[in-house]
Amino acid sequence: MTGLLGLWHYWMIIALMMVGLYIVIARDNLVKKIMGLNIFQTSVILFYVALAKVEGGTAPIIPEGAEHVVYSNPLPHVLMLTAIVVGVATTALGLALCVRIQEAYGSNEEDEIVRMDVEGLARRGDRAESAPHADDVPPEEVPA
Amino acid sequence: MTEHLPALQVVVPMLAAPVCVLLRRTQAVKVFAVLVAWSTLAIAGTLLATVLDSGTISYKMGGWAAPAGIEYRVTIANAYILVLVTSVASVVLPFGLGSAGSSVPQDRKYLLFAAFLLCISGLLGITITGDAFNVFVFLEVTSLSSYALVSMGHGRRALMAAYSYLILGTIGGTFILLGVGLMYQMTGTLNVVDLSERLPEVMASRTMIVAFGFMMVGLFIKLAVFPLHQWLPNAYTYAPSTVSAFLAATATKVSYYVLARVVFTIFGAAYVFGELGLDRILIPLSLAAMFGGSVAAIYQTNVKRLLAYSSIAQIGYMTLGLSFNSLDGLTGGLVHLFNHAMMKGGLFLVVACVTYRLNSSMVDDWRGLGRRMPITMAAFVVGGLSLIGVPTTVGFVSKWYLVSAAVQQDKLVVAGAILLSSLLAVVYVWKIIETVYFKAPPEGGDPVAEAPMSMLIPTWILIGATIYFGLHTALTAGVASKAAALLLSGVP
Amino acid sequence: MIDPTPMRMRDKIVLRVVSKLLIPFILLFGLYVQFHGDFGPGGGFQAGVIFAAGFILYGLIFGLDEVETVVPHRFVEIGSALGVLIYGGVGVVNMMLGANFLDYSVLAHDPAHGRHYGILAIEAGVGLTVFATMMLIFYAFADRGRRPGGAA
Repeated sequence: MTGLLGLWHYWMIIALMMVGLYIVIARDNLVKKIMGLNIFQTSVILFYVALAKVEGGTAPIIPEGAEHVVYSNPLPHVLMLTAIVVGVATTALGLALCVRIQEAYGSNEEDEIVRMDVEGLARRGDRAESAPHADDVPPEEVPA
Repeated sequence: MTEHLPALQVVVPMLAAPVCVLLRRTQAVKVFAVLVAWSTLAIAGTLLATVLDSGTISYKMGGWAAPAGIEYRVTIANAYILVLVTSVASVVLPFGLGSAGSSVPQDRKYLLFAAFLLCISGLLGITITGDAFNVFVFLEVTSLSSYALVSMGHGRRALMAAYSYLILGTIGGTFILLGVGLMYQMTGTLNVVDLSERLPEVMASRTMIVAFGFMMVGLFIKLAVFPLHQWLPNAYTYAPSTVSAFLAATATKVSYYVLARVVFTIFGAAYVFGELGLDRILIPLSLAAMFGGSVAAIYQTNVKRLLAYSSIAQIGYMTLGLSFNSLDGLTGGLVHLFNHAMMKGGLFLVVACVTYRLNSSMVDDWRGLGRRMPITMAAFVVGGLSLIGVPTTVGFVSKWYLVSAAVQQDKLVVAGAILLSSLLAVVYVWKIIETVYFKAPPEGGDPVAEAPMSMLIPTWILIGATIYFGLHTALTAGVASKAAALLLSGVP
Repeated sequence: MIDPTPMRMRDKIVLRVVSKLLIPFILLFGLYVQFHGDFGPGGGFQAGVIFAAGFILYGLIFGLDEVETVVPHRFVEIGSALGVLIYGGVGVVNMMLGANFLDYSVLAHDPAHGRHYGILAIEAGVGLTVFATMMLIFYAFADRGRRPGGAA
């Protein structure tokens, strides 16, 4: 039964990955999308950590005088430290963008934002992208 | 010191970024950043010269030998891309980062330069490293700094553009991470050379197909191959024009190099094209990109968005060259990579010049600019000619290689498609040229002066490169064909 | 009459007392994790986050102005850049002593001690940068709530 029961951790990882991707695709709220992205990244981290485990293995530190020590593979753990940091940075950047989008549009729902953009285009015509309005491109500044 | 050049190539811009944060004064930071960019160009040039002379350079990070340690490997293909990225950075930085439309207040401009230097160091790191996980790390460094750079454009739509770029880019990066993890699981190593040696034994397993699939999808997102290109038009349109110039000229090129490494070195062309049949997927997608991007560009009313859709078409040419799996095809792809970087970077800098004077990137507002900004518009014309592929420009060289590669493999329909989509490029380039030269300027506007010399020189350097290297092809096509031969031979 | 003004967190006695008891131990644990990274789970990133968590807890309960007095904004901005420079600086020192970038074996009289000192220095840089960055993120988000559109 190694097929289903022996590989149960891989099924959990796949389930988490699919949940994360579903949230990114199906939810309109920008903050929820970032959370879905986080879940997706966490599942990949779990994947690496799962493949590092050696059955019966301990931490990879050999005490004084010990001879035969079975330890888990430390390399994927080290790699995942980097991946966790990347996830934190991405989440922080994404949430900062959400705060600024909330201030600029007044809403954090993607369908409302798209509707506001389309209305802006319809009202001001295609000139919307260069007209000096509060939400569009103001005059350029003098070079630094 | 010269034996440490591979490490210095990445370390110099990476340590320059926190120095910018400490320096704070915008003028000092600007001068410092320009000097750093020029020094990276010097290092890249030296590396290219050394590699052309004496072969591949290998550098052990931390003194640990590969495959246990991380090594930086400089080959001809590598050094070509390093020179490309550093030269674009050296030209864009003196142009002025905060001048063409960013929403950063004057006293915090140093943060913009710090993010830019981090982006440069990330791009150089992706290119130069010989360790698969290190590629992911530098890829994320590049991506995070470019999300921040894109979000600094004027107007609130820059924020949504940066947000969707962030979501799609992170998914792409995580897929690449997953692919690397699956490869590590089967072979136990992360070093590119070691992977290429150990993979043939485990090639038959299903895990390898899944690993390849994940890496391909992740790289296609980063490269903006046809169905996964959604982030590109908005990101290039709403970012500050100088940032668009830099990203259009470098980010996708480096991802193309990683794609070539994964396909030809790690997995091997026999497996990828023979067993998995990547060309059956990539050729239709490339053709769709070439036609879809060009047709979409024809209908755009904003110059930056037009150039962005045209970029999607050009990336289609590059992936088409790779999918031919032949020397001429890959050479064509690499030369087109160079052409697109120079030409698109130059065209976006032209847009930056015009927005500096005119505050608008709408095609309608550019009516009659040919008389008022003659030198700038002449640059646009030359860049457009290189886009189409007129003889004496680099665009002609790359199209020549691509068409001959198609004809060699009896894919005459594909060869015809390449020529036909070049005609579509004529349509959208002519649309701008007609507006600029043959329409009367809008009444009631203020008189518009020519762009300042400090902006014209960088623009003309990039545009001039397309003509210079179209005539003296030794440095581009010569190096590209050596690089292609090295990649195709599968020697790591 | 029920007082309509909501209590600030610093006025709630349980929060105040427990946080004042816990914050020193959080900071101490952060330092422990920092220096025991080579013998157990730990290292710069984890330590930086734990250390920052102590200060962020203080800021959440006692107010942003209080924590900005303790850890000024300018300090964390310099700190984040300085940590990266320490990391890179160790590597550059290695290059100047003749070894490859980040090859710590040349830092002391024998390679094992050299690597020990090298790792400690690197992790100190990482810890400083991560602490400073976490505080910067907290300041950026918390400031936005007080002064929308403004920056510190």
